[in-house]
Amino acid sequence: MRVPMTLSLSKDTVLVEKEQDVVFLKNRVKEVAVKIKMGLVNQTRLLTAASELVRNMMRYANGGKCHIEVVSSGRVNGVRLTFIDRGPGIPDIAAAMRDGFSTGKSLGLGLPGTKRLVNEFDIKSKVGEGTTVTILKWANG
Amino acid sequence: MLQKKKKTILELWMKNQLADEGLREDLISNDELRSQSEELVDSLVGNLSLESSIDVDSDAWSPVVEILGGIAITRARQGFSPRETGNFIFSLKEALLEVLQQEFAGDLQTLFTESLKINRIMDALSVVTFETFIKGREEVILRQTDEIAEISTPVIRVWNGILALPIIGTLDSARTQIVMENLLQEIVETGSSIAILDISGVPAVDSLVAQHLIKTVSATRLMGAECIISGIRPEIAQTVVHLGIDLSNIITKASLASALAHAFKVMRLEVRKVGTVQK
Repeated sequence: MRVPMTLSLSKDTVLVEKEQDVVFLKNRVKEVAVKIKMGLVNQTRLLTAASELVRNMMRYANGGKCHIEVVSSGRVNGVRLTFIDRGPGIPDIAAAMRDGFSTGKSLGLGLPGTKRLVNEFDIKSKVGEGTTVTILKWANG
Repeated sequence: MLQKKKKTILELWMKNQLADEGLREDLISNDELRSQSEELVDSLVGNLSLESSIDVDSDAWSPVVEILGGIAITRARQGFSPRETGNFIFSLKEALLEVLQQEFAGDLQTLFTESLKINRIMDALSVVTFETFIKGREEVILRQTDEIAEISTPVIRVWNGILALPIIGTLDSARTQIVMENLLQEIVETGSSIAILDISGVPAVDSLVAQHLIKTVSATRLMGAECIISGIRPEIAQTVVHLGIDLSNIITKASLASALAHAFKVMRLEVRKVGTVQK
């Protein structure tokens, strides 16, 4: 994946352990998105993507943490979210990224859908160690 | 020894408590505070003089722990701050130590061992106080959560045979369950044939929310009623499309008004201005 030169402007970490933390995280993401003047549609996309990932984290890994970063590529700002968990990991990432694939009884749109909602998407997972998902959404992207 | 000094301990403790700037006369009267304190000192000193073990987890200590727990829980409910509750128990420790100091002024060795013992016991009791205090607070929060869930899912009868259910906030599994139950129950009770789910107040529709909506719609259909989802904002519509969620076999409308208009059409009802004649 192409990684443009980005500069991290601020970083913030939110621990997600309980159901209540989910709403808190979403509010923080929204705050950051509003601060960099992200448009309403992109805000909603970012929020939905964050919501998908944090739900995955709660459901499969029993929680984890999320870094919220404001990044800048010079002309434009964006929000980068890094979700880190110590869950069971994903054995087959290619399958998990396919529409309609789910090991739980969900629609199976979480990961592939999230990828379509954001500008950059990166997933790393090791079975038994955990999963790290990084997404980036530019303010006008 | 301490038994005899009970009065002194209580007086000292009361003096400490009353001298504290954090005294909350608005939350608890002095008399009440006094009787609370007296009960605790009674039980505590009784146990101390028994020369029993200093392990507060043991059975001998359970009456003391119980009294303390009761006080901590009521304090949590009454809205005392952690600091105020902490000072309550720490000032007792100070009173006890002061009495010891007066008593064993000449015998440093005994003073030291006895103080250490009191210290350990009071520390353990403080921990107990805090655990119960927090538990009391958490109970309050849990009750509020339940209350919010209850009040945030009202089913409104907008017309004979038409129900509306405005959803505000995030839809999680527990809430969907409540929403679905309320809606299905209301459909039975009112014999309604159309239900409108308004999601104007839902900030983001992700795949789980969508799945819950689809389930609710299917369940409504099984009951013989039609379900319309309204209040889909432009940004939500785009997000849903990007996520790849298929809502095409559900009737969706942009606003509650258009959903109501659709419902009227289905029920073959017409809304007219007074005096105008149908062509």
